Amino acid sequence: MEYSLGQEELDVIEEVLQEDLLDLGVNCVFLIDMAGNVIANLDNGQMEHDIYSLAALAAGNFGAVSEMAKIIGEDEFSLLFHKGEKESIHFSKVMADFLLVTIFGKETSLGFLRLKVAEAVGKIRKILEP
Amino acid sequence: MYDGLFVIRFSVKGNGSSGKHCPARYLILAFVNLKKKEVQVKVVYYGPGRGGKTTNLEYIYKRFNKRIKTEMVTIKTHGDRTLFFDFLPFDIGKIKGYDVKIQLYTVPGQVKYDSTRRLVLRGVDAIVFVADSMKVRREKNILALKNLQKNLLSYKKSIFKIPLVLQYNKRDLADQGIPVLPFEILEKDLNSQLKAPSFEASAMSGENVVQTMKQIISMTMRSLQRDLK
Repeated sequence: MEYSLGQEELDVIEEVLQEDLLDLGVNCVFLIDMAGNVIANLDNGQMEHDIYSLAALAAGNFGAVSEMAKIIGEDEFSLLFHKGEKESIHFSKVMADFLLVTIFGKETSLGFLRLKVAEAVGKIRKILEP
Repeated sequence: MYDGLFVIRFSVKGNGSSGKHCPARYLILAFVNLKKKEVQVKVVYYGPGRGGKTTNLEYIYKRFNKRIKTEMVTIKTHGDRTLFFDFLPFDIGKIKGYDVKIQLYTVPGQVKYDSTRRLVLRGVDAIVFVADSMKVRREKNILALKNLQKNLLSYKKSIFKIPLVLQYNKRDLADQGIPVLPFEILEKDLNSQLKAPSFEASAMSGENVVQTMKQIISMTMRSLQRDLK
């Protein structure tokens, strides 16, 4: 898993995350690779989550779920969602090696979020594709 | 070479060890974010079940808890054994203006959790192999090392090239009359081909735990330092 991104590409990724997700009202969004490295992270300024631990767990969680998918004969589960009382987490795979993680509160509707995440993933995919 | 590149995984060639018998290792170096001026290094503690990998991390966490701002993450079974991994992020300060974040992981040692071990190894930059010095665990150490070699190969990484430190844990058990393998036997079993730096340690008492960690960090950092010039 070797990849490189230029500053311009990173700026565009942050722009996409800002416009498509943060401006929608999500609390925090980050793009990681499947090794658990944080590539880009943005939040609404009120979050104090430990992004590095979250990234490690998110990558591990996604890996575990992918193994479950294989056992039941699926290639993969491309998105995951964990619902909490105040905050929820949405994970969406971006190509084989990346994961977009969004943390959002009750005021954001899951349907709309999924729509916007899909849009953002489409844009990010174009940037990450070699 | 890195002009204009702001996130990059790269490889550099270097003599990655300080031991006098150690061959040059080809270091696969970490995740460098030139935009945030940050380096993330993934170090995985590997070894047979109940060998003391988690205890290593717990000792480091306890010893440096003033410097480690976040909680240690552990995913354990009810029987207190590692089910998935432990995770301990560790900021070691700046090198050439870059914030260096060391990320320590353990794997579950039990044979049946092989797919989990493989998952944790993804994107690994350096390995600490924690062997169990107890005589009855001799075979388990050798199997775990072979398993490491096989799992690294699934990511096209060679156990002979990745930065690696061996730790012979539980040396303190000899004082309690429990039969432990002599250092020479452990070296012959595990290190005769690898020729990696090795430490006799006790993760319970902390003996050589920090030294082991410092060794693996310095092996990884030496070439990083050179490369960030």
